[in-house]
Amino acid sequence: MNEFFLLMKSELMVTAIIFLLLFIKVGKGMQNERLLPLIQLLLLLNVIFGFFFNQEGNAFGDMFHSTPMIVFEKNILNVGVYLISMLFSDWFKKTAHLAEYFLLMLSALLGMFFMLSSANMLMFYLALELASIPVAAMANFNLTQKQSSEAAMKMILSAAFSSGILLFGISLIYGVTGTINFEELSNYTTLSPLYTMAFIFLFSAFAFKLSVVPFHFWTADVYEGAPIATTSFLSVISKAAVAFILITVLYKVFQPLQNIWYVLVLLLAFITIVIGNLFAMRQQNMKRFLAYSSIAQVGFILVGISGSNTTGISSVVYFLLVYVFSNLAAFGVVSVISEQVNKESISDYKGLYQTNPLLTWVLALSLFSLAGVPPTAGFFGKFFLLTAGGAKASYAFMIVVVLNMVISLYYYLKVVRAMFIDQNETPIAAIQISAPVKLALIICSAGILLIGLFGWIFDFIQSLN
Amino acid sequence: MMEPGLYHILFISTALFFIGMYGFFTRRNLITMLMSIELILNSVNLNFIAFNKYVWAGKMDGLFFTLFIIAIAAAEAAVGIAIIINLYRSHQSIDVASAEELKY
Repeated sequence: MNEFFLLMKSELMVTAIIFLLLFIKVGKGMQNERLLPLIQLLLLLNVIFGFFFNQEGNAFGDMFHSTPMIVFEKNILNVGVYLISMLFSDWFKKTAHLAEYFLLMLSALLGMFFMLSSANMLMFYLALELASIPVAAMANFNLTQKQSSEAAMKMILSAAFSSGILLFGISLIYGVTGTINFEELSNYTTLSPLYTMAFIFLFSAFAFKLSVVPFHFWTADVYEGAPIATTSFLSVISKAAVAFILITVLYKVFQPLQNIWYVLVLLLAFITIVIGNLFAMRQQNMKRFLAYSSIAQVGFILVGISGSNTTGISSVVYFLLVYVFSNLAAFGVVSVISEQVNKESISDYKGLYQTNPLLTWVLALSLFSLAGVPPTAGFFGKFFLLTAGGAKASYAFMIVVVLNMVISLYYYLKVVRAMFIDQNETPIAAIQISAPVKLALIICSAGILLIGLFGWIFDFIQSLN
Repeated sequence: MMEPGLYHILFISTALFFIGMYGFFTRRNLITMLMSIELILNSVNLNFIAFNKYVWAGKMDGLFFTLFIIAIAAAEAAVGIAIIINLYRSHQSIDVASAEELKY
């Protein structure tokens, strides 16, 4: 019994917080000024609690499954959610329905936890829906804004459509093999065309959720229209969770189909990187720019996944750990500026360094990390991904990928140049940053710098395999 | 008269799936698009039931999956319709073409 509780401790903790918030909401209610610090404290406890009492095993008739690696992935998501609760404090304080927003966000987080731990297609499907439906509601949170409801509409339609495709794939898998259990599926080695088709359906649904290129059309619109806290949740936490489970599905469940999915993953990685880069170059709005840059980052994740070895797993986990810090820092700065002066365009950022040095340095650091410039952790993340991918891919392909890294440097540096070098008569006025936001920005910057310097972090992730 | 077999049902469900997909891509009314998604989900239900009855009679996974899909489809439709109502309030229309502020 005790073991069962320890096995599901992350899920139980998040559920407890959800119920606590629900009781506060239906009870007397609380002012945002008092509720927000309470939520932040609870999430901090959640983060700390994640590092203790790790247990390995199965539950619910092998539907639920946990390993040290999965617990570590859940901890990454926990840290991300805690940082989100700090970074967007200004927006949270103004919103009329703070408790509901966190109820939705934590429900989605709970869905992601179950998704990471799932060892059965039914469990996986339920968790995926729990992780995506609340996010659509979160996208609609600026209720009076036209853009926000448009973003939510696009989000829910594409989520529902992609889960339809996923289900069709699962139904065919069930028809061919008679089982939906991951363990039994991985032992199923007789290949048939129908099984391959089922896999392709399933994989396209994953591509939808990860916004891999032919399926990426919803991404930029949703990112731009949704409130910025939702955008960062979508682009960091959701994406990380789907990438983690994609590894399990590809490496374990579809191990017998390895030759097929290897080609697919490599092809999609190539298109995703190239198209993501090309579109990111022409964006003027910061949120759209970060959306396309995150599409390009997914392409690099796919390169790492294609390696199909233990380095592949640990490099993706390491990269996403870094990605959480760097992307959240970027979104945090964009949010502070858009919240206070309502400016989101890159040309508005000209001369930002003269007035807001701290924000400029944090944004520059995070963009360097996203681009993969050496002193930052992003460089090591990309390096490990390419090492993992290079174990199997041809040199020509790796050269194309590295060239694309150089191209991406161009548009990241365009923003940095606008902030540091470009002259502007009327730069954005000096902005007062509130304490929690400042703390979160410092944590993010420290993460970007230190994760790269401490080599044992990667060794630790590798030892979890 | 011939008894309907697995292939007949699979044919119907696949046809339903692609009709739903066609509707999703061509219709411009948001409610109709949601209906198309329901078609897709129901084709999946048919698939599961047919496989369960004709191929894997002893393994009940398919049947259980269908029950869960019905429940989740209802939840999805609820959130979807709430979002569409809110869209109607701000745009005064539920046509997709009216919601086109976000473009690159």
